[in-house]
Amino acid sequence: MAVKTYIEAIREGMDEEMARDKSVFLIGEDVGQRGGVFLASDGLYKKYGEDRVIDSPLAESCIVGVAIGAAVNGMRPIAEIQFADFIAPAMNQIIEEAARFCYRTAGDFNLPMVIRAPWGGGVHGALYHSQSIEATFAHIPGLKVVAPGTPADAKGLLKAAVRDPDPVLYLEHKRAYRLVKGEVPAGDGVVPIGKADVKREGKDLSLIAYGLMLTYCLEVAEKLAAEGVSAEVLDLRTIKPIDQAAIIATAKKTGKVLVVHEDNRFAGIAAEVSAIIMENAFDALDAPVMRLTGPDVPAMPFNHVLEEAFMPNPEKILAKAKELAAY
Amino acid sequence: MASVKMPQLGESITEGTISKWLKQPGDQVKKYEALVEVITDKVNAEVPAPLAGVLKEIKVKEGTTVTVGTEIAVIEETAVASSQAPTPTLPRERGREHEPAAIPEEGQIGQAFSSAPAEQPQGSQSAEGRTRLSPAVRALIEEHRITDAELGRIEGSGVGGRISKKDVEDFIGRRAQPVAANGEQRQAAVTAPGPGTETRVPLTPMRRAIASNMQKSKQTIPHAWTVAEVDMTNVVRFRHQVKDSFKQRESVDLTFVPIIVKAVVEGLKAVPVLNASWSDDGVVLHKDINIGVAVAVDDGLIVPVVHQADRMSIAGLAKSIDDLARRARATKLTIPDVQGATFTVNNPGTFGTILSYSIIAPPQAGILAMDSIVKRPVVLDGDAIAIRSMMNLCLSFDHRVLDGVSAARFLQGVRRWLEGFSDQIPLY
Repeated sequence: MAVKTYIEAIREGMDEEMARDKSVFLIGEDVGQRGGVFLASDGLYKKYGEDRVIDSPLAESCIVGVAIGAAVNGMRPIAEIQFADFIAPAMNQIIEEAARFCYRTAGDFNLPMVIRAPWGGGVHGALYHSQSIEATFAHIPGLKVVAPGTPADAKGLLKAAVRDPDPVLYLEHKRAYRLVKGEVPAGDGVVPIGKADVKREGKDLSLIAYGLMLTYCLEVAEKLAAEGVSAEVLDLRTIKPIDQAAIIATAKKTGKVLVVHEDNRFAGIAAEVSAIIMENAFDALDAPVMRLTGPDVPAMPFNHVLEEAFMPNPEKILAKAKELAAY
Repeated sequence: MASVKMPQLGESITEGTISKWLKQPGDQVKKYEALVEVITDKVNAEVPAPLAGVLKEIKVKEGTTVTVGTEIAVIEETAVASSQAPTPTLPRERGREHEPAAIPEEGQIGQAFSSAPAEQPQGSQSAEGRTRLSPAVRALIEEHRITDAELGRIEGSGVGGRISKKDVEDFIGRRAQPVAANGEQRQAAVTAPGPGTETRVPLTPMRRAIASNMQKSKQTIPHAWTVAEVDMTNVVRFRHQVKDSFKQRESVDLTFVPIIVKAVVEGLKAVPVLNASWSDDGVVLHKDINIGVAVAVDDGLIVPVVHQADRMSIAGLAKSIDDLARRARATKLTIPDVQGATFTVNNPGTFGTILSYSIIAPPQAGILAMDSIVKRPVVLDGDAIAIRSMMNLCLSFDHRVLDGVSAARFLQGVRRWLEGFSDQIPLY
């Protein structure tokens, strides 16, 4: 196995899927000649040509709309939204069309399409380049939402998303792109959508996270171990459909759960995870389910101090985890 | 909403086990309708609904033991009930909640004991002061049958002294180990028989109740023991003569038990200090003589009570004891049936015993065991040797309440009454 960065794993995933299946193509702003603003598709334009790596106008509704049209005609598009913050203009296409297409046609049509969106903060990106959008889209039935946290999962879930018959919103964390490195198995390595993964076994408490927060939680688990607290880390990987069984299992195992995400607190994924635990594992709880999330403020500030105040980080997670352990 | 609480079903009863919910959440219940079966100290009792309404919630699962006063269910008053009222839409006043479930009538028994000091349910006070227990902790407590007393010994390591799951698990771990005071004992634990060489029989509520009572008795009552040998020849002869006609007339067997109980009543009349209870404020003498009669049942022992045995004839006692024993075996006893004994008679002799050291049932001061009646050569007055039917009467008594002299006086009284038995003693 080779150690790769998160973004390399994504690139490799796209490359392999495009090589494997001629109906797979990439469309987005600057994804072609420029190779993407983060260089996620670097080299693919040269390899597969302008017909399969398409530079789109600066119009997200167009990017998604084209992808829907292509998908309904048998193609497997990967539509890139340059920053998740810019997905709003495409929301009508995503929610009203893509998410409902299969349902509206009583299953006659599927939309096998992927919408990739670099998301999250902590990169000094300020208001328009730092947002988390998972809760907004996870609320929409008909959409699948994945948010890998490791290079292996990034590649494996990308492949699964491309091959999935339904629209998948694929969230890739910008800060993780080059920060997170990990071994990526050679070969296909498809990671099933809808399956969480216990990244670290523990018995005293559970940390549930996804995306960049997974890396932070693993770091915290290590620190907790040094203090004699055994923390289990559950990586959701897929936000929708969420892996209820895995959430219930870890809650039953440890009885103490902390859910961490960067997205705003109100009606966030942590609230849903918490409700799942209340409904299914109440008798096993030894403490209230706790949340550590981004605050309910309109956007991530540019001021670095304020940005730091917004973002969950290992120190904050550690402090909250200790509070839970001591409960 | 009215809460239904675990009622106090007897003066010494501190906890009850939910045996069976007769209503399920959502069911309509009428006022005083049986809501739940509760097993307390060796008896099944039905707890009636305190008001008419809908059973909203069951708070305590079947098989769970809770202390008296614990909320076991919630009943919501039906709108129907209030619409029938002359003033229909009065706003509900705060604090108008109903009192806990009505306690089955105790009547005279309660009064008989009104002078007895109310026992403080042990551990309930400390339990009140404790912080909330999490569902996980509750589940562990239930699974491992941790008593309130044990819970009181668990030190909480959580925030504000909260008992965490880990604290309970640690406690269970410690409890499972034999007390490892030294290396030798630890060694013993290691070489203990492995799985498969033993089975664990789950404790029934009755087993638990017996265990708890016996332990409490032995720990709090300084038992003293004394035996008298009784010549039962006259009684045996008399019984032999009349038992068939008695059975025909009364449809119950005339056993030795009612005769002994009669003798005990006479003995207690002569030595009232044995018909008493210990209290720190003074010995409580009971005016009624209520005799508990131990009855072996399938999985244990029940001691129903012949109330006011001092007002009964031998025939009356025979009928009463027969009825109680029959209902005990059919688990049809009511709460009053097992409450209020002031003295107990035990009959291990049916199983061939010759000397029995019984444990006193608190708050009584004594228990008498009748052992086997056996024919033995006995030296009579005038040095003649004769074959007589002999029986040992073994008395355990609370030495705080009385001394050996009174105990011996009681035994002598019983013995004389039995030995002087003749057909002159009325059956009715």
